[in-house]
Amino acid sequence: MRWLSRLGVQFRMLFSRNRAHRELDAELRDHLDRQIAENTARGMSDESARAAALRTFGNPALLRDQAHDTWNWAAAESLLHDVRIGCRTLLRTPGFTVIAILVMALGIGANVALFTIVRGVLLKPLPYSDPERLVTLYERSASEGLGMFNPVAAGSFSEWQRAATGVEQMALVSPFQNYNVSAEGGKLPERIDAGFCSWNLFSLLGVQPALGRTFAEADDEHSAQSTVMLSDAFWRRRYAGDPAIVGKTIWLDAKPYTVVGVLPASFLFNSAFGGNTVQVWTPVGHEFPEALLKAYDDHEGIVMARLKPGVTLQSVLAQLGAVQAQIKKEHAAGGVNGAVNGRSMLDDAVHDYKTPLYALLAATGCVLLIACMNVASLLIARTAARGKEMAIRTALGGGRMRLMRERLTESLLISVMAGAVGIGISWAALQLLVKMRPDMNRVESIRIDGGVALFTIAAIASCALFAGLISALGADGKRLLSALQESSRANRGSHQRATLRRVLLVLEVSLTVVLLAGAGLLLKSYQRLRTTDLGIPINNALRLHVSLPESRYKEEVQQVAFFEQLIAGVRALPGVEAAGLVSTAPGQGWGGDSLADTLEQPRRQEDLLDIHRRAADPGYFAAAQIPLLRGRIFTSDERLSRSDVALISLSTAQQLFPGQDPIGKHLHFGYNKDVYEIIGVVGDVRWDIHEPPKPTMYMPLYGHDWTGATIFVRGRNVESLAMPIENVVGRLDRDLPVSNVMTFRESIAKSTIDSQFDSLLILSFAVIALILAGAGLYGVLAYLVTQRTGEIGIRMALGAPRKQVMRLMLLDGLRPALIGLVLGLAGSAATGRLIASMLFDTKPLDAGIYTAVAATLLVVAGIACMLPAWRASRIDPMQALRTE
Amino acid sequence: MGKPSDLVQGTLDLLILKTIALEPMHGWAIAKRIQQMSGEVLQVQQGSLYPALHRLEQQGWIKAKWDESETGRQAKFYSLTAAGRKQMDAESANWSRLSAAINLIVSEA
Repeated sequence: MRWLSRLGVQFRMLFSRNRAHRELDAELRDHLDRQIAENTARGMSDESARAAALRTFGNPALLRDQAHDTWNWAAAESLLHDVRIGCRTLLRTPGFTVIAILVMALGIGANVALFTIVRGVLLKPLPYSDPERLVTLYERSASEGLGMFNPVAAGSFSEWQRAATGVEQMALVSPFQNYNVSAEGGKLPERIDAGFCSWNLFSLLGVQPALGRTFAEADDEHSAQSTVMLSDAFWRRRYAGDPAIVGKTIWLDAKPYTVVGVLPASFLFNSAFGGNTVQVWTPVGHEFPEALLKAYDDHEGIVMARLKPGVTLQSVLAQLGAVQAQIKKEHAAGGVNGAVNGRSMLDDAVHDYKTPLYALLAATGCVLLIACMNVASLLIARTAARGKEMAIRTALGGGRMRLMRERLTESLLISVMAGAVGIGISWAALQLLVKMRPDMNRVESIRIDGGVALFTIAAIASCALFAGLISALGADGKRLLSALQESSRANRGSHQRATLRRVLLVLEVSLTVVLLAGAGLLLKSYQRLRTTDLGIPINNALRLHVSLPESRYKEEVQQVAFFEQLIAGVRALPGVEAAGLVSTAPGQGWGGDSLADTLEQPRRQEDLLDIHRRAADPGYFAAAQIPLLRGRIFTSDERLSRSDVALISLSTAQQLFPGQDPIGKHLHFGYNKDVYEIIGVVGDVRWDIHEPPKPTMYMPLYGHDWTGATIFVRGRNVESLAMPIENVVGRLDRDLPVSNVMTFRESIAKSTIDSQFDSLLILSFAVIALILAGAGLYGVLAYLVTQRTGEIGIRMALGAPRKQVMRLMLLDGLRPALIGLVLGLAGSAATGRLIASMLFDTKPLDAGIYTAVAATLLVVAGIACMLPAWRASRIDPMQALRTE
Repeated sequence: MGKPSDLVQGTLDLLILKTIALEPMHGWAIAKRIQQMSGEVLQVQQGSLYPALHRLEQQGWIKAKWDESETGRQAKFYSLTAAGRKQMDAESANWSRLSAAINLIVSEA
């Protein structure tokens, strides 16, 4: 039990430190006295007896220290001591300390938040079994760039399934479907996101149902009974988590479906086409029309596959590529792709976020680096202020390590406190992000966990080390000695430290410029996006979607009747100025396209024009305010008599009939034999805000298999029209939900949310960086002014005008800012290409942005430098010389 | 002021233990006694004596007590603990073995 008693001694000593010190002193004094007495007894004089005793005694202070060191708590105590000194030093300048902590907290917080996102979204494996063997397969069109990842036709899928030997299982998934859920049990009808999938999708992913079973192969037959699986969220929300739901019937698109199972809450679908909002799953073989199941040119799904162990994606792609090339050979018609493509399922799910997230991570890294530099500068300034004290301590043999340790402790204190605040900041930021972007794939896996905690600790430690070491570098022992020699005129020594601070400042400014330039480019790009001319005015417009279930509206007459009554009802509402129906509204994205040919001038297969097909009622053009440029709009009897007439957009006319009058000419598509007579030309519109206007043709809405339509309404107070329109729909069919109700402006905002989000985030980092750089400039210059007070005093005493002093100080601060600006602009030019893919209609080298960044930086730098420079010019020479 | 080497340090520990094995002593007396007993060969510097004493105390081999000294002043008296006695015996045995061995080599050669 010796260690126990030893521990007891140590404890006693730890708690009776002062007594121990006193006793040691007494003991040593006693020893000294005895030695003196002995020396006197030998006949020495008092004086020499004492001197001799002291000589053998050595350095009493050192002796005490050595005895002290053998007490085991010395290490712990000195750490405590350091921390205490550190706290005291930090508390002496509370303003500076708070700023330093906040500065670093912002840096740490932003980095922890971004790391959490990157880890959760990009790095964590997908929540399926053996996720590294899961891949997503696409068709690929011959053209590079566009069409690299084309959806897959069901016909191709069946062929692939037969041919692929390196694949364990393969499933066709169409995650972008919708159903109308009928009103029932007092619940309103609603339109929900749905997914069609092969029966084996869940076993392929390794997902077990929470209730009931997954699909059986028999469910996936076209002739099978209708079956459905519910997502956990939908089951809880709509059916109150009814445990007896399995076997019950629910109505989708006015057809009865038997619930066979409920998916676990942990199951969230991830693909490049989204799908994490899917509420119900149905078997694709049952849902797709039989013709579609055999089609090679109708691309409605993606293919998910599990590779056999040891099989590479490349070998599977090679095998399937040969199959697809054969399909293309046998079905040469347009719309059949000749190649395949694929990527890991994880990569597929997060592909769109990769560049923006890594760009953001780099930006936050820059902010943290800037923050660390600022804290280092702060520590250097403090060391400089205490230069003489340090020099004396070094001269007296105070260990370099000890001094360095003090500085490290200080930066560690700042970093730890900043880390604590930073974790709070990152938590809040993450909450905000998840709330703002629930649509983001894998948003559910963003969590602060052990890995994030480790990252945070590492971030704090590296900040402490970075700031501490850099500032220690500025306080080299030799330099301190020279500071001591020059004593009061410590200008030279401090100049050297100021040089280090200037270097830090240059780096800081250049990083800030890179961030500012990036933010500027993204903002400009977002602005371009917002102000993009869609071809129609975006104000005072509302859109709502209704989709007719084929089961209830089998006959075209029924559909026509419904839409007629609907649009008449809407037009009759007070406040509605114009209303029309269209299959897909501008800004709503892809809505079906086909390769078009003309009867009059047949084109070669490869020259067919890819045009968007839209169906509209005659009122739509007036409601949307799409100008009629030539010819005429449909007439109402045309839509009823189903005449094959069409309107084309201006760009279509220019490309199909250059220099000719298209009116009366004829269009047709490869996929059916219908021929459309062109009766008019209308203005171009953008279907996707990110893409230039595409050639478009409009055909009458009714009688062309369009069962869904967007109601497009113009009015003065469109927001208030949503409810009355929903009532009109409800009166016509109580089971028919109205979905996607939003003003046209909102719908544009929604499609630009990515850009808005990216640019806002980067902008906020850039602003933080700008503030930090400004603070850094100010700090360095303010410090220089205090250091050079004496010199300035002499200059002014010798007759230097105040203006000259001010100019001198301004130049002192602006020089590093200018160098940083030049370096930063060069850096931006070098890194601009990295964010090129995030830009819209904006070149990475944008002179306007660069000029604006330079101007902003110079203004901030100017302000930051002005104050200390002005203060320098106000120095009273006599006062300054006296303090010297 | 270099630190004593391990051997010297260990030896000093043994010397201290031996010195106070007979009776409790204060630091100065220990130094004096070692000096006398070694025929003035070993001069114990205070610089190594007190750290050694504190170290031994930490190890639990010796204990200290304040008492009146022969001059009538208060002094810190060090005495051996039971563990210290055991340690002393072990170290003396070790030392004898070692010095005998070294002696063998030195005298043979």
